[in-house]
Amino acid sequence: MTAATTTTRTPDPLLQIDALRVEFGPAASPLVAVDDLALHVDEGEVVGVVGESGSGKSVAALATMGLVDPPARIAARRLRFAGVDLLAVGERERRALVGKDLAMIFQDPLASLNPCFTVAFQLTEVLRAHGSSAERASARARRERALQLLRQVGIADAEARLDAYPHQLSGGMAQRVMIAMAVACRPRLLIADEPTTALDVTVQAQILDLLMQLQARERMAMILISHDLALVAQAAHRVVVMYAGRIVEAGPAAALFDAPRHPYTRALLDALPEHNVGRARLQALPGVVPGRDDRPRGCLLSPRCAHAVQRCRDVDPAVLCADGREVRCHFPLARPGANDA
Amino acid sequence: MPEAASQAPLLQAQGLVRHYAVSRGWLAPKAVVRALDGISFTLESGRTLAVVGESGCGKSTLARLVTMIERPTAGTLTLGGVELATAGPRERRALRPQVSMVFQNPYAQLNPRKTIAALLAEPLAINTTLAAGERRDAALAMMARVGLRPDQAGRYPHMFSGGQRQRIAIARALMLSPRLVVADEPVSALDVSVQAQVLNLLMDLQRDTAVAYLFISHNLHVVRHIAERILVMYLGRVVESGARDRIFARPAHPYTRALLAATPRLDAARPGPGSIVRGELPSPLAPPRGCAFHARCPHAVERCRAEPPALQPLDDQQVACHLALELNR
Repeated sequence: MTAATTTTRTPDPLLQIDALRVEFGPAASPLVAVDDLALHVDEGEVVGVVGESGSGKSVAALATMGLVDPPARIAARRLRFAGVDLLAVGERERRALVGKDLAMIFQDPLASLNPCFTVAFQLTEVLRAHGSSAERASARARRERALQLLRQVGIADAEARLDAYPHQLSGGMAQRVMIAMAVACRPRLLIADEPTTALDVTVQAQILDLLMQLQARERMAMILISHDLALVAQAAHRVVVMYAGRIVEAGPAAALFDAPRHPYTRALLDALPEHNVGRARLQALPGVVPGRDDRPRGCLLSPRCAHAVQRCRDVDPAVLCADGREVRCHFPLARPGANDA
Repeated sequence: MPEAASQAPLLQAQGLVRHYAVSRGWLAPKAVVRALDGISFTLESGRTLAVVGESGCGKSTLARLVTMIERPTAGTLTLGGVELATAGPRERRALRPQVSMVFQNPYAQLNPRKTIAALLAEPLAINTTLAAGERRDAALAMMARVGLRPDQAGRYPHMFSGGQRQRIAIARALMLSPRLVVADEPVSALDVSVQAQVLNLLMDLQRDTAVAYLFISHNLHVVRHIAERILVMYLGRVVESGARDRIFARPAHPYTRALLAATPRLDAARPGPGSIVRGELPSPLAPPRGCAFHARCPHAVERCRAEPPALQPLDDQQVACHLALELNR
């Protein structure tokens, strides 16, 4: 059923996902949160994942981290990270990997930190589990390193903040602590799920800047999940657009936003107020993302798509690949002529 | 802002102040939070005034004063020429149907135990003498106006998507034909495509009913689309105000510039670390002396640390910055 979408690449990507499917609810009528998802992330690469709520962005990330528990069902043809098959490894091996080489930060930093423990405790906990042998042996070495981490993520008066509890931190500061925890063991891949959504605009810019600096300095790969197209456009090398649990378009960030080939990507861009300056009405995409009970038969976008014809309503489109772009559409939008900016 | 004196504007604030006394613990003296510290503006019928700012700037306090949930500590706030600060209970009761509110979270603002028809008819039951049948007809008519089908009238809020729930909330806010709607981050919780639908709806309704919007938002792209005038706030004070096109073409206050620079744009590269404003918002409990923005401002001089700047005209805008002239030559 699934289309092979991987092109041949000589070095193995750091993360390789093929045909990932995550289901919730009864097996007879499951809610398919992620369907036929293929994604690869190379060493040092920033991949942006965009899509509206319910498109499966977060569930795909949680499944990769091993944070989706039964009775949810995860299946994939391939889910490999740094040469390890994440679906087959035992719990011990997975634990050695997750939190160390594979880390994640979440949208609401104050909900992600444990309110009962100090910043120092929560930071050194990571080092106790995954730190160097010196750090595992000595509490002083851990505290020293925690302090250094807080300074690295730009927390003013780091020494005093070590003994602060999460409620004593602002949202921006708490997110910095989360980032410090995530990068404590120099992960090879950081998954950032809406890392700046809960923050004020000026703080959002600071946090994004911090993430990108760390990423460049450590050559860390990153999956940046966001509903903010502009934010992803500014930060990611490659972008994946998800709709109703599936990838509908993928490609290099600049090319994808300059000339989207999937009608959904086009519609998202057209709905942005900044693309309608001087226009009285925004070009809204009608309708909503289909739920479990109203999933269309053919292309999932067909009820909302301005270009849909009978074939779209009947036949689920396969993924088309051409010049580094992937599009899941029977009738991809034409590339514009020579008017490239 | 020079206004024709003959006709009172729909909403007018002059030196509006709201302070809160907050407990700092047992036996400690109470501290004063200056949530709103002397702001002035006018809003005409059928127009949209956007209030822009980050957490703690006083946006929501302003909304509470305008919707008559709280009274100002000082200053004047008039709605259709009637002073809200000193209005008696009867006057306030008469004024309340003229102002309604739409909130950010469409999930939290609707009673989950009531059907849509009941939710929409409730304001009429309280404020009018219409019979039950008439109320229901009015509710159905309003549903049609905001793009909901009449067969959905018997459904409960949980059966709708976020965007539809925000439509219901807007419909409910408009049931009494208010002259002013205070919209507090009405599209922040919505996805891009749904956000566009709801913004279109708000603008269509304004065209048809001449309702005025006090539109509170942190999203500058949205504000630029919907508002005619903009008020940029920082820590309880207005730092800049003016017509939308002027402010976007030439932001005069360093904070407005910082906000614009920090807002991600599709058509521009990520701003360099140099253009991102440093630091975080100061605590409203211990606001900095002088200009509240001075600690984060790249241009701050000695005077900014000592003396709070007053809002002064600069061409068509109003700017509260000591260096406004130097920075905008």
